[in-house]
Amino acid sequence: SGHSKDGLCTGSSRRDQVIFWRAVASIAWSVLLLPPTTALYVVLSRFSLFHPLQWLTGKRTLKNVIYSQNIAIFSFILLCGVVLLVGFFNLEYYSVVPSIACSKIALLGHVLHPRQFFHSLVHCIMGVVVAWCCAVTIGGRYQALGYPCMKDESGPQMCLNENHLVLLLAGAFVGYSHSLLGLVHNMNYISFHTVQQYKYLCFKGTLPLVMRASAVQALYSLRNFLALYFFMGYVPRAWVCRTLDLQVDSSVYSLDCVSGLLDLSLLYQLWISASFLLFTWYITVLLFRIFVTEAYSFPVQPTFQEDAHQCLPEVITGKQPTILKFLALQDLARLSNHCPSRRQEVFSLSQPGGHPLTWTAVNRECLSLLSDLTERLVSHHDNVASNGRTNRSWVLFPPPGGSRSWVLAHVHHPLTSSLMSIIPSRLPSCPSSPHVFPHVHHPLTSSLTSSLMSLTSLTSSLTSRCGPWPICFMMSDWVLFSLQLPEASSQALFADSQAHIWALEGLSHLVAASYSEDQYGVVQTTLPSILSAMLMLQEAVDRHFKLPHASSKPGRSSFSMGDSSYKTLRFALRATLKTSIYRITATFGEHLNAVQMSSEHRKRLQNFLEYKE
Amino acid sequence: MMCSLALFPPPLPGDGETSHYYSKDEFTTDPSVWFEESHALNLYFPRESLKPHSRPESSSKAAFRDHCETLYTRSAGAWRDAGLSGLLNEIANSSAEVPKWLGVSSRCVLALLQWVSSFHGSLFPHLTLSSEEMTAEFSQVLDWSDCAVRGFAWHPHTQKCAVALLDDSIKIYNPKSSTSPTLKHRLQRSVAALQWKPLCASDLAVACHNCLLVWHVDPTSLSTRYTHTHTHTHTQPHSPQVLPQRFHCSPSRRPSSGCAQVLSHPGHSPVTSVAWSPSGSLLVSASPRDTAMLVWDVAVESCVPLHRVGGGGVTHISWSPDGSRLMAATPSSLFRVWETRMWTCERWPSLKGRCQSGCWSPDGSRLLFTVQGETVIYALTFTDTPGLPLGMSGGPKAATVVADLSETSLDTPDGDTMVGGEIQSLAWDPRGERLAVLLKGDAGAGRPAMIAVFKTQINPAFKLLPCGFVQGEPGTEPRLMQFNPNFRHGAQLTVCWSNGKITHVAFYFMSARVPQPGVGGSPPLPISQGRPADYVNQTLYTELIS
Repeated sequence: SGHSKDGLCTGSSRRDQVIFWRAVASIAWSVLLLPPTTALYVVLSRFSLFHPLQWLTGKRTLKNVIYSQNIAIFSFILLCGVVLLVGFFNLEYYSVVPSIACSKIALLGHVLHPRQFFHSLVHCIMGVVVAWCCAVTIGGRYQALGYPCMKDESGPQMCLNENHLVLLLAGAFVGYSHSLLGLVHNMNYISFHTVQQYKYLCFKGTLPLVMRASAVQALYSLRNFLALYFFMGYVPRAWVCRTLDLQVDSSVYSLDCVSGLLDLSLLYQLWISASFLLFTWYITVLLFRIFVTEAYSFPVQPTFQEDAHQCLPEVITGKQPTILKFLALQDLARLSNHCPSRRQEVFSLSQPGGHPLTWTAVNRECLSLLSDLTERLVSHHDNVASNGRTNRSWVLFPPPGGSRSWVLAHVHHPLTSSLMSIIPSRLPSCPSSPHVFPHVHHPLTSSLTSSLMSLTSLTSSLTSRCGPWPICFMMSDWVLFSLQLPEASSQALFADSQAHIWALEGLSHLVAASYSEDQYGVVQTTLPSILSAMLMLQEAVDRHFKLPHASSKPGRSSFSMGDSSYKTLRFALRATLKTSIYRITATFGEHLNAVQMSSEHRKRLQNFLEYKE
Repeated sequence: MMCSLALFPPPLPGDGETSHYYSKDEFTTDPSVWFEESHALNLYFPRESLKPHSRPESSSKAAFRDHCETLYTRSAGAWRDAGLSGLLNEIANSSAEVPKWLGVSSRCVLALLQWVSSFHGSLFPHLTLSSEEMTAEFSQVLDWSDCAVRGFAWHPHTQKCAVALLDDSIKIYNPKSSTSPTLKHRLQRSVAALQWKPLCASDLAVACHNCLLVWHVDPTSLSTRYTHTHTHTHTQPHSPQVLPQRFHCSPSRRPSSGCAQVLSHPGHSPVTSVAWSPSGSLLVSASPRDTAMLVWDVAVESCVPLHRVGGGGVTHISWSPDGSRLMAATPSSLFRVWETRMWTCERWPSLKGRCQSGCWSPDGSRLLFTVQGETVIYALTFTDTPGLPLGMSGGPKAATVVADLSETSLDTPDGDTMVGGEIQSLAWDPRGERLAVLLKGDAGAGRPAMIAVFKTQINPAFKLLPCGFVQGEPGTEPRLMQFNPNFRHGAQLTVCWSNGKITHVAFYFMSARVPQPGVGGSPPLPISQGRPADYVNQTLYTELIS
């Protein structure tokens, strides 16, 4: 066992390297793409509506660039550093299973989580750095924070250049809002596309969307920033003046008034800089996604014994890291559909012994994935059926002892009632999937815990101050009504369903192919279990879609970098499940009557055979 | 060796033979072409009973708006309906209400836009057509704009079919069920094509004027609601208590959540072709105005546009039955063959005209296509096993001409008849034994539109043999044809005629190929064919096996 453990360790580290090198390649490409992007930015930032000729001939540009060559090189190096850091954050924070907040409290918990706080802070700082580089590149009145000015009483002094300050603050704001919106829109979630294309074509196809998204997002961020600066602008200005001992030039308008902010040139520069910032970051995210989700072809059978841990059955059954499991499942789905030669390897028998080891491993893993999902759906349905009917909502209360297990209180009605039932449970309305992928970083539980801690302490303080229960209940009732996200529990159930979709596709294609390609009949023996697993899942999915909110579709979000495909994964799963069962019934036809199964399943299968589902 | 239509048995004389369609014991003179009588799905849609929707034209719309809305709402509506040019038009037209500079500048921009679009249109002449004209031009249906039946689709697995009619409704017929649901949707206008989803009982994709609709027609709940519709079918007499059901998605309901999913993409209109992947997972749609072909994941309602430079749009798409390749025709003299593993494409330029139609052999190894302005059928052979990494390397280098359908005159009892000419569409039966070719004909030259049927053989060598012609009642022309994928005794060609009738022509034969598993087991004993000896050994095209 020691040997196998050792092999597993080196195996997993070697397998990790696949992702690592892909991330490195993506970061390298985003650094390589930085010069053209920066050049485009420089050209656009010099654009002036009233001097188009000057802009086109670019005399000033050239002169300026030569003049501030050193600073330009320095700021470019800074930009490269920022892109590297963003790439590192992508690698560190990505996940293939989205974290879905089931209520606004949970979302708040996510935002306040230290990990996310660190992310936001670093992005905020990087935003300032990029904005400084932009200010240096634009030059002119944005060049520096201070400028010499004459005041009446004393001699020459340094005054605050508010244009520069606004640019830096805008950078910080855009950086922070990028981090925040990334969390809200699940920008760290990596989805796999149904249509595989080569990386270059994929990039080329998505590039216009990214440009548009960054320009639009820059506009929105800027609007929010200007509103904030209009009301709160004096705070950072005063602070900067105090710390750096700068004077405020009274001859220049301050910018936190309407006339100051309606400076078109300033607005244009702010928008262009914010777009540039977001574009470079989005490109890094995009390249990372494209590189990481590229299909990887695992060998089905090892050529040497040492490579055994790298081949498909091993990786599929492995747990760590999740993305490799996903890549392996994707590879399974592709090989089962497209590659007859690799299918043959799956159906083959082991050389000494004659056991269908590959097929057994693949089949077992796919079936366990499916039965896992079935179980999850059934338990969710039971929860809703047993508890959801009498009431609308749940509240979590801390246990008196302060231990880590939580008590779930069932609130009946705010005014007339008391606690109906107290059930110790983990989060019931928001089933996460740690038992499927235990190593997925899932900050939900802990963050929710911490955020609820504060909420309940607030409630209890209220209770102690005001005395009776009703206030507490009104409070919690209000909290529940305003904070529940109705669709989220359904989304969370199917958060990792991409794996199930591939498992279904892989299994059904393999079974269909086995009709003509399986020489040893290795698939035949497992056909009953495959069919029953699929039919049971079908039943559970059908039941789930009868729940309220399960079949409502979210509105399509456009031009956002956040990938919202996880919101509709359950529909994709339902469609794939049906297609998979039909694929098997269409291939085997009447032969399925010879397969052993329960009468209930047979009835359901008969519906499929007659095309009545 | 390649020969012409002259080798065909002459078509039947027009008069007196129509009774063969509906009389039981007579056969046509060509014994290989039998007309099955009393088919459960012989349908009849008289042209007069179908009113094309009177659509509000843009001018009447504008007049309507003038009276009741402010400039702002009118502009917003114009922006929504017709984009930037509509907005500018609206501003330019209401010069009384807008500042002068705004009116002048919008007129200038409008003129500039028109100039640019006319330049663009001179590169791609089809862009100057209106949407309706474009659909009529690129549809596989002959004379689409005046045809009572605008689309027809057999279900790939069951005896069920969907018929798109001139009045923008779709009817679904199932011989086992006495009801025929009618599908109507406010966005379902000028239906150009429709197709059932493979490996699914209920999903139907419809290519509409400016969107794609995917209907979910629940096969089990057909008898829940009934409303009255006017349908005349041959075999389903009206009975007062059993009337077809109508699905109607009201505009107030969210369209995506109900029985129909609306899939739209900016710039992707009109949609003239849809194709489901044979594995049922993806849907591809094409529009002659959009250079991108859209690959939809229907359940998720997301699409991936596949852009390629050149061609100016995509008119017709056809997925190979094994799912490994996809043919995409463009409005210019270019078509592409996509490989569906990594979605790369092969360009086939230097045609004399645009590719009009194409069809794949059942094993996906051969693509037959026709070119507008030419009277021949070309073939491309793909020899590699699909799915290998270098998928396109084994592709053909040049297309070969396999059949010449230029005009010839044939002797019939009534005298000489002219046949041949340009080709509207091709259809290959799912077993690869019959190829139907819809000839456009020319009313002025006395050549009626006609369907010529070839016998085909794919293995070991590709062969085309003459089989016969399919003609309708006198004065009617075929408009649209499709092979029934579930006919067990051979091949069955469904033809929609110009008078609104839909009939089914059966070709009985013993399949040389092993029938596909699941499609229908072993075929029952076919009726033996006694055919004239002189046609048996005439091969129109035989591939040389090297």
